[in-house]
Amino acid sequence: MDSVLTISKKELAGFFDSLSGYIVLIAFLGFTGFFTWLYGSDIFIRKQVDLLVFFSIAKWTLFFFIPAITMKLISEERNTGTLELLLTKPVSESQLVLGKFFAAFFLVAIALALTIVYYISISYLGKVDHGAIISGYFGLLLFSAAYIGIGLFASSISKNQIVAFLLALFIGIFFQIIFDILAGSVTGFTGKIFDFLSLSGHFDSISRGVWDTRDIIYFISICVLGIELAKENLVFRK
Amino acid sequence: MNVEIKNVNKFYGYQKVLDDVSFEVKPGEILGFLGPNGAGKTTTMKIITGFIGLDSGDVIVNGKSVKSGETKSSIGYLPENNPLYLDMPVVDYLKFSAKLQGVKKENIENKVREMIKLTGLNREKHKLIGELSKGYRQRVGLAQALIHDPDILILDEPTTGLDPNQIIEIRELIKKLGKEKTVILSTHILPEVEATCDRILIINKGKIVANGTSKDLRQQAEGSNILKLKLIIPDNELVIEKLKSLPSVEDISVVDGETGRFEIKSHKGLRSNREIFDICAKNNWPIDEMITIETKLEDVFRNLTMN
Repeated sequence: MDSVLTISKKELAGFFDSLSGYIVLIAFLGFTGFFTWLYGSDIFIRKQVDLLVFFSIAKWTLFFFIPAITMKLISEERNTGTLELLLTKPVSESQLVLGKFFAAFFLVAIALALTIVYYISISYLGKVDHGAIISGYFGLLLFSAAYIGIGLFASSISKNQIVAFLLALFIGIFFQIIFDILAGSVTGFTGKIFDFLSLSGHFDSISRGVWDTRDIIYFISICVLGIELAKENLVFRK
Repeated sequence: MNVEIKNVNKFYGYQKVLDDVSFEVKPGEILGFLGPNGAGKTTTMKIITGFIGLDSGDVIVNGKSVKSGETKSSIGYLPENNPLYLDMPVVDYLKFSAKLQGVKKENIENKVREMIKLTGLNREKHKLIGELSKGYRQRVGLAQALIHDPDILILDEPTTGLDPNQIIEIRELIKKLGKEKTVILSTHILPEVEATCDRILIINKGKIVANGTSKDLRQQAEGSNILKLKLIIPDNELVIEKLKSLPSVEDISVVDGETGRFEIKSHKGLRSNREIFDICAKNNWPIDEMITIETKLEDVFRNLTMN
């Protein structure tokens, strides 16, 4: 597991050396902050002391920014040929993918940690349901883990980063919207399946503070599936 | 540490890229791996280093099969095109490589310093790899391959793109390393093979077509002895007639239309030097130059790989 840590550290350092980390953070905080506090159905308009607005906005900003973080993770190594060098060292494909996963996850965690300012701000505005907010952040972390998994898989398929980005979005859209729509228009057993597959259902309940193991399993399954498939893609080349 | 390649076959789709490839590299040997582009050199190396799998046969590195995954720590690999992380500083990259190779934490600093000294990177060590010239990048690649002190080195075209001075330096380094380690290096540069390698392997279209020292290969080759002769004579006609009549001479041609410059080809297995000397002495034709041209490795290579 040392290898996983070594790879994570290097990848994380890479985010900040190349400035892409800073840019993602600034853009994420910029957009999220804008829509949470200044525009549309923002906190001041809603006049409720909770971060539900933030959580639903973050659901979309993360949706776009996570593929941007993950797109290069595997495809660039393939492109430059450094993948070859890495995998001829005593490092397994799993360790490689996990290392990258944790680096991306940590970057997102930093982004979310920076939004603690929001938490602190609203606590000045009134009585806050701390449990719900913590639960919401937890939901965002699970959400992020799932999308990073998808992003890693997409990155493992193509040498082209743009393809990786678009593929991650494409797969993501199904979870984010399409299953929802399908669930609404179909009844019976199929309707139930789409209901379960749809992300908003699971996400909304967690962000309200309602914890159901099914929701946790949902996000973790997507995450694990993404990581497994990414790893398989790397093993397959043999 | 020895390396044994046993009856390896590899397909890319329907194309057979390695056909029953078998050879052995003994400990402390430097093996030169030659072949036209696309012959299978890089594929073979990727299989030995464990980057890609083989379809049948096996590769045994010091008693363990590459399929077990346990062979990687004994191997240092410098791939073709020397892939590197351009936005990492040299020292960080070497530390990263050392960690992944399992070098113990306490030793990493020392090892990195050692490698930097060995490869002459001291002035560049804090630069980003992307800022280095090709020659220095090659040295970083070598440093990374050596940092865990592997018994086996696999170098895929290590001197491509280097300037003549750098080429000599890298060659000296490889020769030095070759005294204790087992080295397999692939190259297109034939003089390099003769200068650095103990043994030569030539592969063509996925098959091994030659395996031996450069002396062995020359002897096996079909070349005849060729002599470059320069005589101080007034006229070519008579001389050509007389020389051609010598029993060991197969053919004689005039070089550049010059008077007195000839290229003489002997019959296979024969040398004409003595006969020519005798006849020149008898006819009073002063010999200005008599040079035996050895069968060049280039010709051996060409004969074996052009078909």
